[in-house]
Amino acid sequence: MADKVLMKGNEAIAEAAILAGCRHYFGYPITPQTEIAAYMAKRMPKIGGTFLQAESEIAAINMVYGVSSTGKRVMTSSSSPGISLKGEGISYIAGADLPALIVNVQRGGPGLGGIQPSQSDYFQATKGGAHGDFHMIVLAPSSVQEMADLTVKGFDLADAYRTPVMILADGTMGQMMEPVSLDYTPKAPVEKPWATTGTQMQREHNIVNSLFLAPDELEDMNMKRFQRYAAIEKNETLYEEYRMEDADICIVAFGIAARVSKNAINEARARGIRAGMIRPITLWPFPTAPISAATQHVHSFISVELSMGQMIEDVRLAVEGRAPVTLCNRTGGMIPSPEQVLQAIQTAAENGGAK
Amino acid sequence: MVVFEKPKSLTDVSMHYCPGCTHGIIHRLVAEVIDELGIEGKTIGIAPVGCSVLAYNYFRCDMIEAAHGRAPAVATGVKRSLPENIVFTYQGDGDLASIGTAETVHAAARNENITIIFINNAIYGMTGGQMAPTSLPGQVTQTSPYGRDVTQCGYPVKVCEMLSQLDGPEYLERVTVNNVKNIRNAKRAIKKAFQNQVEGKGFSLVEVLSSCPTNWGMTPQKALEWIDEKMIPYYPLGVYKDRSANKEAKA
Repeated sequence: MADKVLMKGNEAIAEAAILAGCRHYFGYPITPQTEIAAYMAKRMPKIGGTFLQAESEIAAINMVYGVSSTGKRVMTSSSSPGISLKGEGISYIAGADLPALIVNVQRGGPGLGGIQPSQSDYFQATKGGAHGDFHMIVLAPSSVQEMADLTVKGFDLADAYRTPVMILADGTMGQMMEPVSLDYTPKAPVEKPWATTGTQMQREHNIVNSLFLAPDELEDMNMKRFQRYAAIEKNETLYEEYRMEDADICIVAFGIAARVSKNAINEARARGIRAGMIRPITLWPFPTAPISAATQHVHSFISVELSMGQMIEDVRLAVEGRAPVTLCNRTGGMIPSPEQVLQAIQTAAENGGAK
Repeated sequence: MVVFEKPKSLTDVSMHYCPGCTHGIIHRLVAEVIDELGIEGKTIGIAPVGCSVLAYNYFRCDMIEAAHGRAPAVATGVKRSLPENIVFTYQGDGDLASIGTAETVHAAARNENITIIFINNAIYGMTGGQMAPTSLPGQVTQTSPYGRDVTQCGYPVKVCEMLSQLDGPEYLERVTVNNVKNIRNAKRAIKKAFQNQVEGKGFSLVEVLSSCPTNWGMTPQKALEWIDEKMIPYYPLGVYKDRSANKEAKA
């Protein structure tokens, strides 16, 4: 069944979630991700699943917490202002070591911001997203196919590492239509002996909890969680390299920014400038190693973002001062044009890595 | 012959509650009901944030600790995932009637088939005695040191009365545990609230007027009297909604 179907990115996420075995969806309407809720509202009742429009984003993420406690696959989706409301629940999910999939189809901010595409929740997603010592795995799709693929992968990662996973998309990814193949072979379900499903009088009670009043105990829990994070960093970092073999100039971009950048790179190459791109697919863990390795031959890095420059901080940490890192950006719902990115490449070429 | 023993669905962990606090009594009543209905093995309890935050250590069934006020949303998720299981929340007044008001009202409006045990002691106990949404007019607390001034802080939230205006909920009753007669009546109400869920009837909430001698600054005995003298006049005991009984009465 390799047939492709034409789908919106938001719909591809919803159908992929169902194919991944997710039967519980909780959400609250917000543009530009509402197609996910609408799709789930149609499909879930027909396959014995739950679609529930919660009273708030806060309630929705706590319903996710409840279902995840019972060991079942569950998701919610929202857009930037709604994700801020989910922050509390995401922290509790991380603190209780629960798997869950959270989709953020980003729009411009801060505050109510706008409804056009943005990547300005990068800090929020990759640096924890709420109070406490934690990370979540952050996946950044750059096509409708990846919206679907990374949704399936997100559920697998969440179960494997008992952690919340975020799909960090943007309004463009959510709204655009592309052909997509939904040919997945489901993996065997992960055993969840910790789940609260009723003791059946056969075992001691399970407790799902993030409260540890003894500070040494809480420290121990956090240390263990960070050992898992280290395994995630080692095993699960994903990125794409595009025309990087001989590149002098390296663009770092994800999502829609990466697609715009590919056009600019091809045009730069046509003009004899050796440009390439490293596209992070996991924003956390961030592909630090390949960016660091690229400093062997790259003289200039350009971070292309739909924000005032957030990922650029991680690029600089990876480059460690060995080459200049500049920002090429639009914000507030505006998208950089290929011409703007090409101009940034040309400027970097002219400067030749001079700091 | 054993004439009095600890309910099987309570663990052997020593409770942390203050001397004279009625949480222990209410925990026991919930556990007795779970034992009598034979549902411990399929029950999942949800603890709040507040004095009963550690309730997950005391009940022998599977337990989940929720964020402050979110227990009804968590319970909704659990019940939707496991409709054959029994799901209850145990929440205080700050948790249920202040920060979690939306979750409470909408779980009731949806008639989620869950059981809520709501402890109203008119104060925030765990954080040391601040004004609660249910603190009485004029009541002195750490954050209403001159007495609750309703022109500044508004009026107490009467949860059973408020929820009874909704079409959703199945059963709402207010009880107390300040003497033996009232304790027996409270147990009857709690049992009904669980039985309703077993029978698939829907959202059942029992509000239990409870004492807090430590933060009210009273002896345990005086605190129980204060429930009679001050709380019950403002929060009258009784059934606020019983849809099935009403249907039977009309039939």
